Amino acid sequence: MTAYAETEEHFAGSNKLFISVWVWLLVLTGFEDFLGYVQLPVIYMLVILMGASIVKAALIVAYFMHLRFERLNLVLTIVPAVVVCICLLLVFFPDSFRARQLRYSGPPPAGESH
Amino acid sequence: MAAEAQALAGDWGGGVHPYRVGHRKLGMWLFIMSDSLTFSALLIGYAYVRASNVWPTPFKFYPSIVFSSVMTLVLLSSSLTMVMAVSSSAHGKKSAARKWIILTALLGATFIILHSIEWNHLIGEGLRPFQIPQEWAEKWPGSTPLFGATFFGITGMHMFHVFTGCIYLFVVAARVKKLKHEDIEISGLYWHFVDLVWMFVFPMIYLLSIYPKK
Repeated sequence: MTAYAETEEHFAGSNKLFISVWVWLLVLTGFEDFLGYVQLPVIYMLVILMGASIVKAALIVAYFMHLRFERLNLVLTIVPAVVVCICLLLVFFPDSFRARQLRYSGPPPAGESH
Repeated sequence: MAAEAQALAGDWGGGVHPYRVGHRKLGMWLFIMSDSLTFSALLIGYAYVRASNVWPTPFKFYPSIVFSSVMTLVLLSSSLTMVMAVSSSAHGKKSAARKWIILTALLGATFIILHSIEWNHLIGEGLRPFQIPQEWAEKWPGSTPLFGATFFGITGMHMFHVFTGCIYLFVVAARVKKLKHEDIEISGLYWHFVDLVWMFVFPMIYLLSIYPKK
């Protein structure tokens, strides 16, 4: 059996492509900073920031970590399992709102916004 | 049908690589999967305690957010230099690959130094793992002391990964001539993962705890 590594160096993607991905990552970071500067309500901030972060993570995994150029077998083994496990972790969230209700904080404090 | 069966046998019948990656690279991918769950658990744990408590939002746009944005820029640039290292190695330019890897590790070290300055600043203000500064407690009455625990826990765990990544990269740089191309690619996978984690830590820890304008 021939080890595949000696027979093929499957390196796809040009430096130009990687630099453009890097520029996009910087643009998205700048956009996130801009949101921090204008300060939307926290729920909008959370949704938009998480959306931007997922796009950034996808760019890093696809191009920098080269997953886009790997076989579909590998992609389907890695990505869905991680996504499902992370979604399962979110099952705890309703309990955090319940825990907040259990706390006695006296009269509503002036500085509390969220 | 016969062709399909043959193709399947070719991939899964044994004797070939169904993923067309080496066992070490597959091992790194499995490690990254488990490590991504570790960080997810930490970040979701942070979101849990944040949603169930009054949470201080102490980071002013200048200097805290600007400072952490520079840290983000450093880490993103280190990812680009790592890609250049892998690209050089793929084209057989091992000496160029070594230079890019060393530059990547130096950018990682810069990130650690900048982060240490940030930690030092917050510790100076009085933030501890289970205690917030008096000033914050007055500004946000009833807020939880767990702010410090989540902040130091998550950013500390990330900094530990950057630190081990720097050591890993220096070792790879020293042995670059002996290593195969795939070994360099594997070190790149780890480094990009550390960068990826910061893409979630930065908005969740810093941007969502920005000091209110009013």
